[in-house]
Amino acid sequence: MNPAFMRLSLYAGVAILALLAPILVPDYRTQLAFLWVMIVFALTWDLQGGQMGYNSFGNILFFGIGMYACAVLQRDSGLGYFPALFLGMGVGALLAVAVAALLGSGMLGLRGHYFAIGTLGLGIAAGELAGGWEFIGAGAGMVPPLFPGAIGGRESFFYYLCLAVAAITFAFLRWLYAGRFGLAINAIRDDEDKAEAMGLRTTQYKTTAWCISALFLALSGAAVGNMIGFIDSRETAFAGATFGVWMVLMAILGGKGTLWGPVIGAVVFHLTKELFWTYLLGWQRVALGLLIVIIVVFFPRGILGWVHERWPERFGRRVEGSEVKQ
Amino acid sequence: MTAILSIRGVRKTFGGVVANNGISFDVPEGKIVGLIGPNGSGKTTLFNSIVGYHPIDAGSIRFQGREIASLRVPEIARLGLLRTFQQTGIYGKMTCMQNMIISVPQSSDRWRSMFRRVSPAETGKAEDLLKFIGLYAKRQLQAGDLSFGQQKLLEFAMALMNEPRMLLLDEPTAGINPTLINGLISRLRRVNREFGITLLVIEHNMRVIMRLAEYIYCLAHGELLAQGEPDAIQNDQRVINAYLGAR
Repeated sequence: MNPAFMRLSLYAGVAILALLAPILVPDYRTQLAFLWVMIVFALTWDLQGGQMGYNSFGNILFFGIGMYACAVLQRDSGLGYFPALFLGMGVGALLAVAVAALLGSGMLGLRGHYFAIGTLGLGIAAGELAGGWEFIGAGAGMVPPLFPGAIGGRESFFYYLCLAVAAITFAFLRWLYAGRFGLAINAIRDDEDKAEAMGLRTTQYKTTAWCISALFLALSGAAVGNMIGFIDSRETAFAGATFGVWMVLMAILGGKGTLWGPVIGAVVFHLTKELFWTYLLGWQRVALGLLIVIIVVFFPRGILGWVHERWPERFGRRVEGSEVKQ
Repeated sequence: MTAILSIRGVRKTFGGVVANNGISFDVPEGKIVGLIGPNGSGKTTLFNSIVGYHPIDAGSIRFQGREIASLRVPEIARLGLLRTFQQTGIYGKMTCMQNMIISVPQSSDRWRSMFRRVSPAETGKAEDLLKFIGLYAKRQLQAGDLSFGQQKLLEFAMALMNEPRMLLLDEPTAGINPTLINGLISRLRRVNREFGITLLVIEHNMRVIMRLAEYIYCLAHGELLAQGEPDAIQNDQRVINAYLGAR
């Protein structure tokens, strides 16, 4: 079988399963919707942490901005449910991109550990700020408007909304990595001094990459706020200790710096996490912690990274043809 | 003959250490010029100053008549003045082909070019240059898996991919298998002659630099000690003293 056909059937299979899932397993719609959100988390984190080599612990900031911005617009715009929701998603995404551009121009000058620690502060500061700001409900949180449709329609709607966000994120990143942009941020990851010495506009690439992450995270944030139905500054919006850490773990588990790695990582992580919460209740956090340790110790390059290392020639890394004469 | 690069009174200190002091010289367009000197004489510091890696304390550096002392590394690179690194500068986790393709010259159209696809012309050019340097068969290997010498060759090919006007090469033959050095010298000559790229070469291997360069500057203790044709430099008593110590 030729590889193009195999790839096509893989995409088609995933698409059919994804579209039919709410009919096949209606009880798990919300869990599966979260699976798509997890995939968005892992993919957008990997754009910096994996492809560009800038470990960010503050990406949750953009998720929360999208969530709050959308809820505020839904509350104050006076539009109908769906126009307000979609407009809110758009406004949230624009706001998150603007914040990423502003922060990026300053923070992306930091390298390595300094950037990671700098971003760690972002999510925490945002959580504290949101928790004290009356306009967005402060510590009491916000409640997005009720879904107008029939009973059960809500779960299906948000399932497909999250699926759409994840699919668009994946397709866009796939396109991005196949062109100059992907090569440029890989070059920044491998040797930023060299990239500058070759004339690459590194700051522009880094800031744009962060803006792209912010865009998709804000879209998913807006959807999740409505799906959960309650926004708390630290538990749902700027949930650095849960979502913020998970997005890093999922990307590392699946394989940093690969297109499919974060997707695989998110699926494996979400499934094991849900199983722990179901069957090991009381010990679920211990089990999760143990899983994290196992990931880091035995799969430092992730599932796909391990596969790449084991069978490099499967991925086209081999000596080809005969050497021309010296 | 016009100077493509002219340096006037360049001074660079690190704390109390004077790495470069009042260095002035010209590199004529289209020539191969050597820069030699004992370890610690300030050659690499001078390279770093020229390409904008750090600001200089005093002096002027002009490239194609334009003052570049205040510009930063990527801006100078986009003008067509590139350097290679002593300890190789390659993108280790990318394949050789990817290393080559991302080294194309940066267009002035900053936003559109960011999201461009890789064109067949670029791929073809990358393959041609890898053939020229002798790494074509290894084009799909990760650059980090190549030997040190091969990495230096790849770095050289990447620099050519960028279509520079002038190349600063920091010890191009260090770490390269002695049997390949002759091949590298002839390639450097061809690059100079056929692509018209001016070369300024730091080199410790005297046999190489005396054969390669048309004119040589010698640094010692951060200052310009001597200059001249290779034969004159070889027999200059000050140069011999700087390398071996005066009697």
